[in-house]
Amino acid sequence: MNSNRLRSLPQLLLALLLTFAGAQQAVAQASAAAEVKTNGVDPGATAGATAANATAPAAAPAGGDAAAIAAGDALFKGNCAQCHAVNEQVVGPALGGITKRRPISWLIPWIKNSSKVVASGDEYAVALYNKFNKQQMPSFALSDKEITSIVAYITSEEGKATAVAGAGPTAGNAAATDGKTDGAAGAAEGAGKYVDILLIVLVVVLIVLVVTLVIIGNLMKDVLRGRKDLDGRDVEILEQRFDWGKFYRSPVMRGIVGTVFALVLLYEGVQSVMAVGLTQGYQPTQPIAFSHKLHAGEHQINCAYCHTSVYKAKSANIPSANICMNCHSQIKTESPEIKKIYRAIERKQPIQWVRVHNLPDLAYFNHSQHTQVAGLQCQTCHGPIQNMEVVYQYSALTMGWCINCHREMPINSKDNKYYDNLVKLHDTKNAGAPFTVSSNGGTECSKCHY
Amino acid sequence: MKYWKGIEELESTPEFMQSAFAEFMPVKESHESKDATSAPRRDFLKLMGFGVAAATLASCETPVRKAIPYLNKPEEIDPTISNFYASTYFTGADYNAVLVKSREGRPIKLEGNPESPITRGGLSARAQAAVLSLYDGGRLQHFAIKKGNAHEQVEMAALDREVRGKLAGTTGRIAIVSPTIISPSTKRAIAEFASRYPNTTHVMYDAQSVTGLLQANNGVVPGYDFGRANVIVSLGADFLGTWISPVEYARQYVRNRKVSSDKRSMSRHYQFETAMSLTGSNADVRVPVKPSEMGAVALALYNEIVGGGDASYKNAKLTQAANDLKAARGASLVVSGSNDPAVQTLVAAINQALGNVGTTVDLTAPSNLRQGDDARMAALVNDMNNGSVGAVIFYNANPVFNHPLGAKVKSGIAKVPLTISLNDRLDETGILCQYAAPDHHWLESWNDFEPKRGSLSLSQPVITPLFATRQAQESLLHWAGNTTTYYKYLRATWRALTPNDAAWDKVVHDGVATGTALPAAPAMMTAALSPAAAISQISSAPKPSGNAVELALYEKVGIGAGGCEANNPFLQELPDPVSKATWGNYVAVPRKMAVDNKWEQGDVVKVTANGYSVELPVLVQPGQTNGTVSIALGYGRTLAGKAGDQVGANAAPLAMATANGIAYNNVVTLTKTDATSPIAQTQTHHTLMDRKPVVQENSLANYIKNPKEVTEYEKIATPDGLEKPNKVSLWQDYQYNNHHWGMAVDLNSCIGCGSCVIGCQTENNIAVVGKQQVINRREMHWMRIDRYYSSAAHKTDFDEKGKVSTYAAMEDPSENPQVIFQPMMCQQCNHAPCETVCPVLATTHSSEGLNQMTYNRCIGTRYCANNCPYKVRRFNWFSYYSNEKFETVNGHMFTDLGRMVLNPDVTVRARGVMEKCTFCVQRIQLGKLEAKKQKRRPVDGEIVSACAQSCPTEAIVFGDMRDPNSRISQLLRREDGERAFHSLDSINVQPNVTYLTKIRNAESEFFGKENA
Repeated sequence: MNSNRLRSLPQLLLALLLTFAGAQQAVAQASAAAEVKTNGVDPGATAGATAANATAPAAAPAGGDAAAIAAGDALFKGNCAQCHAVNEQVVGPALGGITKRRPISWLIPWIKNSSKVVASGDEYAVALYNKFNKQQMPSFALSDKEITSIVAYITSEEGKATAVAGAGPTAGNAAATDGKTDGAAGAAEGAGKYVDILLIVLVVVLIVLVVTLVIIGNLMKDVLRGRKDLDGRDVEILEQRFDWGKFYRSPVMRGIVGTVFALVLLYEGVQSVMAVGLTQGYQPTQPIAFSHKLHAGEHQINCAYCHTSVYKAKSANIPSANICMNCHSQIKTESPEIKKIYRAIERKQPIQWVRVHNLPDLAYFNHSQHTQVAGLQCQTCHGPIQNMEVVYQYSALTMGWCINCHREMPINSKDNKYYDNLVKLHDTKNAGAPFTVSSNGGTECSKCHY
Repeated sequence: MKYWKGIEELESTPEFMQSAFAEFMPVKESHESKDATSAPRRDFLKLMGFGVAAATLASCETPVRKAIPYLNKPEEIDPTISNFYASTYFTGADYNAVLVKSREGRPIKLEGNPESPITRGGLSARAQAAVLSLYDGGRLQHFAIKKGNAHEQVEMAALDREVRGKLAGTTGRIAIVSPTIISPSTKRAIAEFASRYPNTTHVMYDAQSVTGLLQANNGVVPGYDFGRANVIVSLGADFLGTWISPVEYARQYVRNRKVSSDKRSMSRHYQFETAMSLTGSNADVRVPVKPSEMGAVALALYNEIVGGGDASYKNAKLTQAANDLKAARGASLVVSGSNDPAVQTLVAAINQALGNVGTTVDLTAPSNLRQGDDARMAALVNDMNNGSVGAVIFYNANPVFNHPLGAKVKSGIAKVPLTISLNDRLDETGILCQYAAPDHHWLESWNDFEPKRGSLSLSQPVITPLFATRQAQESLLHWAGNTTTYYKYLRATWRALTPNDAAWDKVVHDGVATGTALPAAPAMMTAALSPAAAISQISSAPKPSGNAVELALYEKVGIGAGGCEANNPFLQELPDPVSKATWGNYVAVPRKMAVDNKWEQGDVVKVTANGYSVELPVLVQPGQTNGTVSIALGYGRTLAGKAGDQVGANAAPLAMATANGIAYNNVVTLTKTDATSPIAQTQTHHTLMDRKPVVQENSLANYIKNPKEVTEYEKIATPDGLEKPNKVSLWQDYQYNNHHWGMAVDLNSCIGCGSCVIGCQTENNIAVVGKQQVINRREMHWMRIDRYYSSAAHKTDFDEKGKVSTYAAMEDPSENPQVIFQPMMCQQCNHAPCETVCPVLATTHSSEGLNQMTYNRCIGTRYCANNCPYKVRRFNWFSYYSNEKFETVNGHMFTDLGRMVLNPDVTVRARGVMEKCTFCVQRIQLGKLEAKKQKRRPVDGEIVSACAQSCPTEAIVFGDMRDPNSRISQLLRREDGERAFHSLDSINVQPNVTYLTKIRNAESEFFGKENA
């Protein structure tokens, strides 16, 4: 009887193994779906923020022109958001209710050249200047119309931004599933949990069924053994044992096992050889615990504010310490991490960040080609950077990865005179086929190697 | 007509035939003794085991790379975006207004400044290479005081204290020795120094002196305009290569040499000279003369044009030249490279008589580029030796090496109580001085320049000084008690020219300005001669006997006479335009002399004159005047630096130096030694033979008659009769939708100066390989300038002149051959033979007509090079950036300092890959990207290859052949069927490079060999 129970153990284990494998696959699929969701999000904008913005026009005051507000939104984020928030004092005062405090005719010269207004002896301006420790607001070369649209945006945002600030982090968290950091919470996790529970229940049921079956089988055997009216053949059937030894030794079995083993070995070998030099997921510890999640995610600082040349140069530019100081000369001055920047400046020793994305020297990559010309989002290659506490390498950065995108991605030829004739030529020759990067020679060797 | 690249080819020597058609010469590698020839097997296994273990360990962890941003990013700098700053290159020889391409604050390339009215965007080979000298590790990196035999590092302040004390106590004369200075502010600083120490005199001397010319023209070099001259006669002046301002002159010269079916006229150029110079090889009529005959030639020309001189020198070509000159009064020009004031006086008189003053000779806007007075320098050398000089300051001057009286300068320095060197390194002169206060490199300094009266330019610092050096002017001012910075001092000089900051900023931005700030030139020590006195001086000059061997000293296009660029490996490896020799000088001998004396090329001979002798290998130079030899100046440095030391031998002491002047010729005795020393010549490398129209030329007479007849187009036989080669093809043609890059090279404009070769080298991080590898035919230059000699052997000669005399004439064609230059780079064939043989698809065709070379895919089979009909592919045999064998020649790729010069947009190729011209694909990609970012098509002229950009004569036109309005499209449309041809058209590889037939303006009887 005992031996009988043990004999069925391998079968049990196999069944368990199969169920778990299935479960794992399901989880992986779920997280992949979540990743797709995060792609294509505006730089610095979290899912929560976009949702909040979407409701903004509806709540806008009657006079607010939706287009002006949208333009103001972009301008505000590009120019003002580094120092101002609508409902919160950051470096400069909170701007909510500004139209009630100052007339637009005062605001325009102030934004264009604040020091001139202060110098003119304007009472309010001088008081404001002194209140903020004589910190000067830089001048902005904005047109009157642009300033008006910023003000329209501010008015539309009044009172809501707190909700955004409150919703932002949680919504951001909900969107974060990178499949890398364990225990990543969020939407995918919710879905995952449900699947997990279902699977666990199924597995338990399965185990119970199997155990019950084995018990029933043994019980029936015992009952049969107790009966005396069995003839020789019946006894033979009853006492029949599956000859595992013969099964193991059979050439068919050996052949199958051997082939599977060889295939697995080959597959793993090829995989590991192909992975030589690949550093996908590389997440080094940086000298300063800078959080992209905080800056790009929660505070929605535009990527180009720090990575100044991402739209114009080959390199996106790792920000220099003076860019940090634009804000951190005022904000969080007591933080031990920020103090590292102060020390670097005092000692005149630049901060030595650890490079995360290491493209080999033989490959030429230009950021501006992809951001400015192609109009790609940062996240397309860098992943959900707005959720990364510590940056890691999201994409494989292999040639195959580059080439695949070049083969599939249609050229952003809209409003670009460079492509006008090419698009026409392409369309007349290949009706219907998209005008991809590779159809314009984007997969030729010397586009990247020289 | 028969073309040949060297004597070996002409004579078809067995050695030549063996290697002529092989793409790669078999080379027996010599191993140094420490390199055990047979490594024991056990060691090998041990090493291999260790290697595997090390590789495994190393591959476990990705090396951590740092990204280090600026601490405080300068506003104008964005990493990976190049900034351009206007500046000026002038090191006492040739002047170039430049734009400095700077990446992340380090200069990586120089380009011509198109705003300059002098150089107009052209750049000489020397200026192209000059960016490398900034990162030269051979520079002195701190101030130093000589203690015993060595210079010890000191603080600037300590040196200043000592020097000021000693200067104050100096009783005798104080001399500042420098090459020509064209900087108004520097002259002002020297004047201020002289007012503080009233005994000070400033002595300028030029390594290749033109004192004779200055003396004949009231102390100035007249402004010349070769572009307005229809007839040019040069008596030994190498004005396209080295004489005074070659980039400026080449630009002018070619203006009147370019032809089209609308302009079927060009200037005629006669050259009387000893050695075959770059200018002589471009002349329509070249007459070899001995240096001692030059006076007689000038006299004979004077006799023909002005009358009154003795006409003992007779030559039909001289008469022809005189007649042509007389026919082109007011539109002709006679120049002379002689340093004899008598010859220059006659030349000035001839120009005067021809009415050229005011048209081609401008005395109101003279050139300031040469001001050296030989007599002053000779007097100073005497004074130094007789002890009347109390102090001497050498400012970028190395007379111990490059002055003919170098030995006397050396003995004189020992007798001067206070000696200071402001030179950038401890060179032959600096090492003898007690104090060394090295100057900044010009790319680290502010300065101003007045190359021509009324034309100013500036140089500005483009990098923080790399070493603890100080600008020489600031040193002089400090010692004179003025502690202002030189920048402020310079601004003060410019106050009148730029009254406000905006005007100043504009000048700094443009790099050039109009106005004059230089004080008038000081009077010459020796008074000018009258033509009559000049005639009698020439007539009475002692004539060497007919058997005496005469030596002519000349300046090389690359290195220069002063040798100050000697430590620049780019220039050492730049093939001489005519001899195609690299790495060192040699004795150029005519073929007759070599045959008579049974000298072989590479045999070392001893050349003796003035009790001084040098030992140099012999090079058989076609065109060298019989009975003469030539040696280049500027070689044989001993304290230049790793690359420049012990390359060749110093020939300066062989010159005739008298109290009144220097003559760069002498009578020498030659004795053969037993030694041989191979010359690293590239001339017969990559030989193209037996394929008829590689290069084409014709006469102006034929061109005037019918422009459609001057170029020979090959036809091939097809079933439908004779057709153009591209009518029959195995391959399908490519379609170019977007761009189709092409290049046109006008052989009429190309003067062979080599500026493009160095431009290409700096742009594309091309390695320097050193003398031995050049001998092994492994030079890496992506672009070369093929120089063919040609000798006239027309088919018709047999009928017209008779068989016997034609064969006799053909027997000795190398005496004075014609020369044609052909820049040769990858032809970017549309049916490229290289592409079809690559087994790994490392070389492929792009949709823009480029023949792409993918280094990271190349496995080095070299099939492509073997299959290339133009021999333009270069195999990378060694790790030139890490193999210690190449550290002396390619040192800049070995140190962090030197690597700063590399172009970060171009890979440094590893060993074992093939490389070649890419049409500067990095520039194409950048230009396209800029256009896309601005949502427009690229503008013609925006995307230019480095060679086309560097060319001083605009011989190379690069552009998009798909754009019907581009310069190249227009040019090709205009020249199609006239001068445009493809090299080796009949093999139907359909190159994207088109050449334009060279047109010579010479009477047919002067083609080829003529009795000299």
